[in-house]
Amino acid sequence: MPLLEINDLQTHFRTPDGVNRAVDGVSFQMGEGETLAVVGESGCGKSVTANSILRLIPEPPGKIAGSIRFRGVDLLKLSDKEMRRVRGNDISMIFQEPMTSLNPVLTVGRQLGETLRLHQRVSRREADARAVEMLRLVGIPEAKRRLGEYPHQLSGGMRQRVMIAIALSCRPKLLIADEPTTALDVTIQAQILDLMKDLKAKVGAAIILITHDLGIVAEVAERVMVMYAGRKVEEAPVEKLFRTPRHPYTQGLFGAVPKLGSSLAGNLTKLAEIPGVVPSLKQRICGCVFATRCASATDLCRQSAPALELKAPGHLAACHFAPKEALAA
Amino acid sequence: MLAHIFRRIVATIPVMAIVALFVFSLLYIAPGDPAAVIAGEQASPEDVEKIRKGLGLDRPFVSRFGEWSWHILQADLGTSMFTGLPVTQLIVQRLEPTLSLMVVTLILSITIAVPMGVIAAWKAGTWVDRGLMAFAVLGFSVPVFVVGYVLAYVFALELDWFPVQGYTPLSAGFWPWLENLVLPAIALGCVYIALIARITRASMLEVLQQDYIRTARSKGMGQSGILFVHALKNAAVPIVTVIGIGVALLIGGAVVTESVFAIPGLGRLTIDAIVRRDYPVIQGIVLLFSLVYVLVNLAVDVIYTLLDPRIRY
Ligand SMILES: Nc1ncnc2c1ncn2[C@@H]1O[C@H](COP(=O)(O)OP(=O)(O)OP(=O)(O)O)[C@@H](O)[C@H]1O
Ligand SMILES: [Mg+2]
Repeated sequence: MPLLEINDLQTHFRTPDGVNRAVDGVSFQMGEGETLAVVGESGCGKSVTANSILRLIPEPPGKIAGSIRFRGVDLLKLSDKEMRRVRGNDISMIFQEPMTSLNPVLTVGRQLGETLRLHQRVSRREADARAVEMLRLVGIPEAKRRLGEYPHQLSGGMRQRVMIAIALSCRPKLLIADEPTTALDVTIQAQILDLMKDLKAKVGAAIILITHDLGIVAEVAERVMVMYAGRKVEEAPVEKLFRTPRHPYTQGLFGAVPKLGSSLAGNLTKLAEIPGVVPSLKQRICGCVFATRCASATDLCRQSAPALELKAPGHLAACHFAPKEALAA
Repeated sequence: MLAHIFRRIVATIPVMAIVALFVFSLLYIAPGDPAAVIAGEQASPEDVEKIRKGLGLDRPFVSRFGEWSWHILQADLGTSMFTGLPVTQLIVQRLEPTLSLMVVTLILSITIAVPMGVIAAWKAGTWVDRGLMAFAVLGFSVPVFVVGYVLAYVFALELDWFPVQGYTPLSAGFWPWLENLVLPAIALGCVYIALIARITRASMLEVLQQDYIRTARSKGMGQSGILFVHALKNAAVPIVTVIGIGVALLIGGAVVTESVFAIPGLGRLTIDAIVRRDYPVIQGIVLLFSLVYVLVNLAVDVIYTLLDPRIRY
């Protein structure tokens, strides 16, 4: 049984000028301990997908449909109380903004210990001891003293370490990291990334990593899912995607088709700009969602939506014209 | 922290000095000749002169103010011109009912208004929110005496749950004391509750949008923990500020409430003193209320630093 199995996830927001289909029919699976990177332009629904898994979408105006099976249990069918037992315990999350993701008026120790006390029967003292242990694990010096400090006394990198400590304190099976390093400067980014890799080995959690940084993808991910306009347009093991991106959108993101044999990340790290704008998510699009911006779009693309198809072993893409490798029967 | 509190206490001294100067000047800036007014219409010029001397109006302002201030520092607020009793004694006699009324109102208002605002913010945009806020507007717009009479009529005369009026001292027992104060406190607290509830809602609405609330939710925290621990503490600074400022409303409203519910407190004393132009009593009361107000806002300032670790002086 896969750890996580998402089927036809649809997260829509009701807005005054129509329904915003932020996520429209996304499906994917994850195995235990696997690292999946999710990439795509701003606004393509990466965060909404992540937040939908933990049901952190405000409802209303949001509405989540489809199924999100975590170890076989559909999270969308759980009661609020059952869902609270999943959050922070089985599945936890780190966010993009370390400066604002911690509560400014509660101490670090309180915010760390709280998660433990919510999910495990531990006394305040035990929680404190575990909190110190977690802070050490994420590489925060003078952990004991930090317990009594407030977030504003810590740097951005330290705060993100605290967030990671909170997220991992109950040893979750799945960690969702929504651009965990975007707001940090480059050297700190590298440290946080190393820390995540290191902890992944220790804790053994599966990770969904949302990022704009192809360098990070190449370095940590095993599989990559490319999203566009609320849909999954391509998914492949990381080497395959970097070597032969099959969807024109992915190719656009990578700037150019990387030459075979060039090193994985090569010299490109940030996603490239693609000319044109993302279509409004408020109208139904009948053809391919990318047709309006695709250089090689034909009438077929504008009239019928390409299904996600296996183009090579383990390599899915939603494009009528994506080259197909001969699949072994 | 302690140094900060000490500095704030010291800073209240000039404030109180200015208040004292203003209160003292009342006698001079009030229209008409106070001595003549007090003496009455049939008084002879000699009588008026005697009263003028008694009030010290014949001496220079500065020396008179110095002397008056010196006495005040020793808790001597002068003598009532009407009853001839020391003002301090008159105030002390009437202090308990008023203080009781204000404290009960304060506690009652906060315990009603804060949860009201929190729930309204949580349920923002729903009928629960609209209902609570409509209630708050009502509380704001209906005068104290109207609320007072309606409450007394319904809950005291018709239902007989509470006494209609009067006051029982605390020394006679907690429940009898409280029983007499519930209706007046609700009447007096209406405006205050409305004010606090609205500010709580506004402040909470802003806080609930913050990233750290999403973090708390992602940890598996329940709704009440999110609202009352993670959010309320962040929303507290404006709430506490309004609670402090609103004490002025209570002081004004207490006078009216006491007369509606026949509570023998400072309100009655104030009205009598104003009607009789009993200046020393008026001065004493104004000074006392000012002191209470200054102290409350001093407390508010100290509470800020307890609530928000980022506030440092
Ligand atoms: N609470 C909400 N109400 C209405 N629309 C929303 C809400 N949250 C997200 N959306 C919409 O969902 C769409 C996808 O947003 P999302 O945050 O998932 O993008 P993203 O891929 O994470 O982008 P970024 O890279 O900038 O983080 C956007 O069009 C956004 O306007
Ligand atoms: Mg995002």
